[in-house]
Amino acid sequence: MTTARMREKIAFFVLGLITLLVVIPILMIIFYIVKNSIGSISWEFITQSPRNGMKEGGIFPAIVGTIVLIIGTMLFSLPLGVLSAVYLVEYARDNFFTRLIKLSVVNLSGIPSIVYGLFGFTLFVLFLKLGTSILAGSLTLAIMSLPVIITATKEALESVPLSFREISLSLGATKWQTVRYCVLPYAIPGILTGTVLSLSRAAGETAPILFTVAAFYLPRLPRSLFDQVMALPYHLYVISTQVPNIPVSISFATCFVLIGLVFLMNLVSIILRSHYRKKKLW
Amino acid sequence: MHRRISEYIIESLIRLSGFLVIAFVFLIFLFLLRDSLSLFKEYKIGEFLFGRNWLPISEPPKFGIVPLFLGSIYVTAGAIVICVPVGIAAAMFIAEVAPTFLKNILKSLIEILAAIPSVVLGFIGIVWLSPYLKQTMGLSTGMCGLTGSLLLAFMALPTIISISEDALVGVPRAYKEAAFGLGATRWQALWRIVLPAASPGIIAGVMLGIGRVIGETMVVMMVTGNSPVVPTSILQPLRTLTATIAGEMGETVSGSEHYFALFAVGLVLFIITFIINFIADSCLRRARK
Amino acid sequence: MVKETVIKTVNLNCRYGALQVLKDLNLEIHRNEIFGIIGPANSGKTTFLRALNRLNFLNASYSQDGEIFFADKNLKNICDNILRKRIGIIFALPQVLPVSIYNNIAYGPKVHGIAKKDAIEQIVEESLKKASLWDEVKDRLDSPAMKLSGGQQQRLCIARTLAVEPDVILYDEHCSGLDPISTAKIEDAMQQLKETYTQILVTNNTKQAARVSERCAFFLMGELIELDETAALFTEPKDKRTDDYITGRFG
Repeated sequence: MTTARMREKIAFFVLGLITLLVVIPILMIIFYIVKNSIGSISWEFITQSPRNGMKEGGIFPAIVGTIVLIIGTMLFSLPLGVLSAVYLVEYARDNFFTRLIKLSVVNLSGIPSIVYGLFGFTLFVLFLKLGTSILAGSLTLAIMSLPVIITATKEALESVPLSFREISLSLGATKWQTVRYCVLPYAIPGILTGTVLSLSRAAGETAPILFTVAAFYLPRLPRSLFDQVMALPYHLYVISTQVPNIPVSISFATCFVLIGLVFLMNLVSIILRSHYRKKKLW
Repeated sequence: MHRRISEYIIESLIRLSGFLVIAFVFLIFLFLLRDSLSLFKEYKIGEFLFGRNWLPISEPPKFGIVPLFLGSIYVTAGAIVICVPVGIAAAMFIAEVAPTFLKNILKSLIEILAAIPSVVLGFIGIVWLSPYLKQTMGLSTGMCGLTGSLLLAFMALPTIISISEDALVGVPRAYKEAAFGLGATRWQALWRIVLPAASPGIIAGVMLGIGRVIGETMVVMMVTGNSPVVPTSILQPLRTLTATIAGEMGETVSGSEHYFALFAVGLVLFIITFIINFIADSCLRRARK
Repeated sequence: MVKETVIKTVNLNCRYGALQVLKDLNLEIHRNEIFGIIGPANSGKTTFLRALNRLNFLNASYSQDGEIFFADKNLKNICDNILRKRIGIIFALPQVLPVSIYNNIAYGPKVHGIAKKDAIEQIVEESLKKASLWDEVKDRLDSPAMKLSGGQQQRLCIARTLAVEPDVILYDEHCSGLDPISTAKIEDAMQQLKETYTQILVTNNTKQAARVSERCAFFLMGELIELDETAALFTEPKDKRTDDYITGRFG
C-alpha cells in the first residue's frame, strides 16, 4: 500500500472518530434522561398541579402553559410569517425595500433570545401595558419564530413551478387569486414543516419568557390572555437552580416531558415532510 | 366590486407584513437604544465600556461590562476551540466518507441535538457534567467557564455541521474529478480541493455557530457559576453578558440605573450579533455564487 | 368583404434588458381567422404572442414600446386579468395543474366569479366537447389531469382556455411535443373552433402552418419579413429569405 493510501485510511479513521465524539454524547444524554426519569413519570405527574413547594405533585399547569404559549405564538407568527414570505416571493421587486426585508430576516434570526426577552418586556409588558401575560409572551416568542417561518415559507413558495402561476394568470386570474389558489395550496407542506419546527424551538425557549409571561409558581390554569402561566422550560430552570431541596427525580421527569414534547413536534414535522414528498405530483 | 375591495385589503396586509419585519428589527434596536441612552445620561459611557467592576447594588453602583464581556469571550473562545474543528471534521465525514445509510442516521442525530432545548443542556450540565469535571480535573467547583464552553460547543455543532456539510456537498463534482484525474486519493481531493472550495460556506457556518454561542443564555446562566469578576482562567466561575441580563432583570426596579444598564448590555449583544450575522450572510451569499 | 380587425400592433418594439427581440412590428389580425406565424428559433414569435396578453411582463427585465390594440382599445387601458380572460394562451408543453380534470377546467370560471355548481358543470362539459376531449374523459372527470396522455393534456389546456370564453386563442408551438395522431386531433379541434374564435398559431413546423392557417407571417431575427395568404406565402414567396426558410435551406 502506498503512503498516500495509508494516509487516506488514517485521515478517514480520524474523521470517523471525531464524528463519534459528536454522536455518542447525544445518545448518552438521551439515555441518561430517560433512565433517570422513567421511574418518576406517571399519570399523576402529568395531570396534577405541584404541591408542597413543588417538592411533590405534578407539572400539569406548566404543560398547559407551554401548550397555550405554542398556540399563541402560532396565531401571531404563522399569518405574519407566511404573508411576509408571500410578499418577498410573489410581490416584491428587487429594490432597496426588499433587500432591507431580507437583511432584517437574517438579523432577526441572529438576535439572542435574551434580547428578545428584553424587547418583549419593554414593548409589550411596559410600553403597550399588556403586563406579564400570555399575550406578551406569545408576541415575544412569535417575533423570535418569524425568521424560521419566513425562510421555510419562502423556500416552499419558490419550489412551486413558475408554470402554475402562468396558467392561472393566463386564464385571467388576478395576482392574489393566483397566489391563493395556484401557489399557496402547493406550498402548504413546506410551510407546515417549517412552522412546526419553529414552534418546537419556541416551546423549549426560556430566555424570551423569563420577564414576559413565565410564572415561578402558579398552581392553577390561566383564565385569560392577561394571566401569567407556568411553562415547562422555565419550570425546569426554577426547580433545578432556584429552589433548594427539590428531589432530582422531579427535575428529570420535567426534563423528560419537555424533551418529549419537543421531539414529538419534530417528529410531526418530519412525518409531514416525508408524507408530502411522496405525494408530490410535479 | 366586492372582490376588488377584499383583494385590495389582502394585498395591503401582505405589504404591511413585509414592512413589519423591518419594523421589528428597528423597534428592537430603538427600544434598546432608548433605555441605554437613559443610562448614559447619568453614567459615563466610557466607564460602562471600560470599567472593570460590575457592582450594580453597591453604593455608588458600578456598571463596567469588562468582566461580563470577558466572561462571554472566554466561554465563546473555549467553545470555538472545541466545536470548530470537531464540527468541520464531522461535516467532512458526513459529506464525503459516510455511506448513505450512515449519513442519514448521523443527520437525524444532529437534528435531534439541534432540537434539545438549551435549558435541558443546562440541567445536564448541573447534574452531570459539572460534578464530573470537578472530580476528574480536581477543580474547586464544576460551575465554571469550561463547563459552559463544552455545552455551548455542543449546542453550536448542529449549525456548523449542517451548513458546512451543505457547502462541501455543493462543491461541483468536476473539481473532485479533476483531482482524481491527476491521481489524487479521495482524502487528498477532499483536503486540498473540496475543503478550500467550500470555505466560504464553512466560514458562514462557523460564524453562525459563534453567533449562537455568544447569544446563548440559559446554559451559561445555569452552569458557569455566575461570578461577575474579571476572569483569569476558563476554569474559574465567571459570568457572560447574556446571563447578567437574565439573572438580574428580575431584581431591578424598572426605570432605575441598574435596569437601564441591563438594556445597555442588551444593546452591546445586539450589535455584536448583528455584525456576526452580517458577515455570515455575506459569506453565504458569496458561497452561493 | 372588409374583414374586421381584432388585433393591431403599431411600431411594436420588445426588449429583454438590452436585447431587442422584436423590431418595429406592424400587423393586423382579423376576426375568426387562423393566423400562422413561422420562423426559426429566436425570431421573436413567442415574445410576440406573449406581448398580446402581457405575459411578457412577468419577466422583470422586459420592456416594450409602440402600441397594441385589441378590438380598437389600447392594451395599456385594459386590466391584465380582463385582457387575459379575452385572449387565452396554450403553452408549448401541456401545462396542467396537479388537480382533477374537472377542477383544471373549473378553475377559470371560478376565478371569474361563477359559483353555481350546475353552471360550472355545464361549462366543463361544453368546453371539453369543443376541444374534442369529452368522449375520452367523460367517465373520469375526477381523475388527476396529470395521468392523461400528452395530447389529451394539451386538449385539456384548450378546453380550460375555452372555459373562460375568450375571443382570441394564442397557440405557442402547442404541438411541438406531440405525436402526429395527437397533433391531427388538435388541428381538427382548431378547425371547429374557427367559427367562434380568432386563433393565432406560432409554430416552427412550417407544414402545420401550411395545413391549418389562412394567413401566415414569417418572422426572422425579430422582424416581420413577409405576410400573406398562406397559400400565396408557401407557393410564391416574395422574399428570398422566406423561400429559403420554407424550403428548408435555412440555418
